Amino acid sequence: MSTGNMNLTLKVWRQKNNKTKGALVDYQLSDISPDMSFLEMFDVLNEQLINKGEEPVVFDHDCREGICGMCSMFINGRPHGPKDLVTTCQLHMRSFKDGDTIVVEPWRAAAFPVVKDLTVDRSAFDRVIAAGGFISVNTGNAQDANNLPIPKMQADAAFEAAACIGCGACVATCKNASAMLFVSAKISQLALLPQGQPERYRRVQSMVAQMDAEGFGNCTNTGACEAECPKGISLENIARMNRDFASAKFISEETV
Amino acid sequence: MSDINSNIPEGDLATKWTKYKSSVPLVNPANKRSIEVIVVGSGLAGASAAATLAEMGYKVKCFCFQDSPRRAHSIAAQGGINAAKNYQNDGDSVYRLFYDTIKGGDYRAREANVHRLAEVSANIIDQCVAQGVPLAREYGGLLDNRSFGGTQVQRTFYAAGQTGQQLLLGAYSALERQIGMGKVEMYTRHEMLEVVKIDGKARGIIARNLITGEIERHFGHAVVLGTGGYGNVFYLSTNAMGSNVTAAWKAHKQGAYFANPCYTQIHPTCIPVSGDHQSKLTLMSESLRNDGRIWVPKKKDDNRKASEIPEDERDYYLERRYPAFGNLVPRDVASRAAKERCDAGYGVGASKLAVYLDFKANTERYGRIEASKAGNHNPDKETCMRLGTAVIKEKYGNLFDMYAQITGENPYETPMRIYPAVHYTMGGLWVDYNLMTSVPGLYCTGEANFSDHGANRLGASALMQGLADGYFVLPYTIGAYLSKEISVKAIPTDHPAFVEAEERAKGILNTLINIKGTKSVDHFHKRLGHIMWEKCGMARNEQGLKEAIEEIRALRAEFWSNVRVPGSVDELNTELEKAGRVADFIELGELMCIDALNRNESCGGHFREEYQTEEGEALRDDENYAYVAAWEFKEGVNFELHKEELKFENIKVAQRSYK
Repeated sequence: MSTGNMNLTLKVWRQKNNKTKGALVDYQLSDISPDMSFLEMFDVLNEQLINKGEEPVVFDHDCREGICGMCSMFINGRPHGPKDLVTTCQLHMRSFKDGDTIVVEPWRAAAFPVVKDLTVDRSAFDRVIAAGGFISVNTGNAQDANNLPIPKMQADAAFEAAACIGCGACVATCKNASAMLFVSAKISQLALLPQGQPERYRRVQSMVAQMDAEGFGNCTNTGACEAECPKGISLENIARMNRDFASAKFISEETV
Repeated sequence: MSDINSNIPEGDLATKWTKYKSSVPLVNPANKRSIEVIVVGSGLAGASAAATLAEMGYKVKCFCFQDSPRRAHSIAAQGGINAAKNYQNDGDSVYRLFYDTIKGGDYRAREANVHRLAEVSANIIDQCVAQGVPLAREYGGLLDNRSFGGTQVQRTFYAAGQTGQQLLLGAYSALERQIGMGKVEMYTRHEMLEVVKIDGKARGIIARNLITGEIERHFGHAVVLGTGGYGNVFYLSTNAMGSNVTAAWKAHKQGAYFANPCYTQIHPTCIPVSGDHQSKLTLMSESLRNDGRIWVPKKKDDNRKASEIPEDERDYYLERRYPAFGNLVPRDVASRAAKERCDAGYGVGASKLAVYLDFKANTERYGRIEASKAGNHNPDKETCMRLGTAVIKEKYGNLFDMYAQITGENPYETPMRIYPAVHYTMGGLWVDYNLMTSVPGLYCTGEANFSDHGANRLGASALMQGLADGYFVLPYTIGAYLSKEISVKAIPTDHPAFVEAEERAKGILNTLINIKGTKSVDHFHKRLGHIMWEKCGMARNEQGLKEAIEEIRALRAEFWSNVRVPGSVDELNTELEKAGRVADFIELGELMCIDALNRNESCGGHFREEYQTEEGEALRDDENYAYVAAWEFKEGVNFELHKEELKFENIKVAQRSYK
């Protein structure tokens, strides 16, 4: 069983609540095992803080399997840390070296206000989905699932867009704090499927309007979102959303 | 024998649900608008119920402790969802799904509930596809299926290794649609701390706003708990860090019986523990057993690498012991078989608490098929492996990536090392046929109730049950109760029952924060988990359980005198949240041991060492234990047993065999 031998310096953002100012605070950790996950390293830090009578660092996390999208640390200038295609909870200490200094901050975006320490409020994402990220079908109205064959390529493409976990790394990494990758992933998923067609253009208008109302920035095609997305959501989705948004002005019979 | 009434409607099993559904009293649309329903939990069972009730016209409030309903732990379910569609024309039917589930549960589930589950299973797939859930498809455009343990048909629908995620996002989108329309009020980052009862009926909840620490009172004509399972009582499990029993336990303390708490599912294929720092365990989906073969070396303490052990020195022990089902035996059977091999000294890896899950044979087989499709009928081994790896990658890519990320090993090249881990809890709040607990007006859906899986759940049946309860069962059955409540006006929350419940909740929080002891919450949680795993885990015996009960009682006393909860009650305080949950887990742990001690037989996930066949299989005692053990909470953490007799009228009860 492992106790490890890594020594680390952490610089962690501490902020009591959204009314107070925050600052980076230094912590020294020793005997960290390379087999620990990044969050387990934080568990060790918190246990030490509690034993010293201090308040532990508050951070969002839940499944610790990379799928719930709750963990959200900005590590050494990158959301979810140095490894591509993983969330913070799936990052392991073997990705760091003995003696490293690691800076850990919350997501930074006007639409994601800090709640406490490393925890932010991402409810704007829910409101964008509530504005149109669905197919309007009540329970109990569905026909037999195989009455609607969908070509495999198309279904697979929809699935790839649907793999978004809503963590907000795309927003955190974008210099404009744009949510376009998140919003376009949902729009694409539904636009690629026959079930999504009846509301296709109305949906893109409602969701984009809500996205703007939440204070997310615009897209300037830097591609940082795609590069940092732990689920590899593609920029093509943004292109598809923009095409649909442009078309909607001509096609949609309803004004949203 | 029964002293509780399950309210199963009369009539033939196959038509019972249809008839009942058509005769449940209705609430007219105008009345629905003034009837309020509280749904706690936003996973498959909660979100689907909240969305559907709102669609029907009820006023709904939905609560979750996460920052968004989309994060509920249903999202982590990997492998699939069962449905009796018979799309593969392999002889599947409602009856067969019903039969497999009853048998898989080791004849400890209620026939009527399970048959209803099998009946509505097909509707779930239809509903999800209509919502735009991207389930896996074949080249012809139709839905694909795969196999899961305990069945001989292919009835499992899936979306790569992310089926739970896709189904939950479907339910979440339905829920968000209702939120957008103002028909559901969503309360995220809220935790339910009490059930409010007025004149014996559930009439609301006390919840804590986790951001501000404020205690809130919420009225509902009825309350639905879809709050998930209690596997985290073991500290280490495949559950999310926040998964907890608190809502169900508070309901239990207000009179809801807790049924079969000792039935826990230990999943056979999880990534083994790597060190003391471990905070949770990660599942490798059962779907991997479609293509992975499980083995250990034939020689004890064999320290060679897997690749150095020749074929004839490997023991494919599941194929050897269970030739009919092989690697696809149910979870309880597979877990015990792994434990048996490791205990006997055949385990692999540094800890020797692991077995191999090996994809090589099937990778090669798939490669041969792919080569053949491309016209190469005599491919060399390397070509087979290359082409086959691509097939495996498409089927299980995300799981292989996750394994590599956690262990630092490449599972495409070396076999995975796996070991059983706590995964699911079949026990839960007792509910009748309507999914109502023993408290009138208090309902329970999904993993939080005990109803459908008996002593062991089959793979891909949790998603099925959560969505069946929320989309297709509760929205109908709740009408039987609410139709009698139409004259009840919303009760103001300054009613004494609300005041009293709020005082109870505040009292616990204040006590916890003022203990100011020396040990962290996690310290106590880990110790509880250790007791539970050692003495109420994969194998139990009378002596161990008696010891465990004493140890847990001592731990409870120590917790309440020496836990350290920093910070205050009126702020975001994650340690305080954990402390409340661990306090409830400690009480539950005791009840689990009491239940396991009471059940002098082995069945499904409950394996008492004293009760086994000569071949080491679970030995039931149908004469004395064919009942649901429903425990009533009594003052001072005591429990009284009530029994619901299980009658099997449509299935012949037999010793479960997968040979």
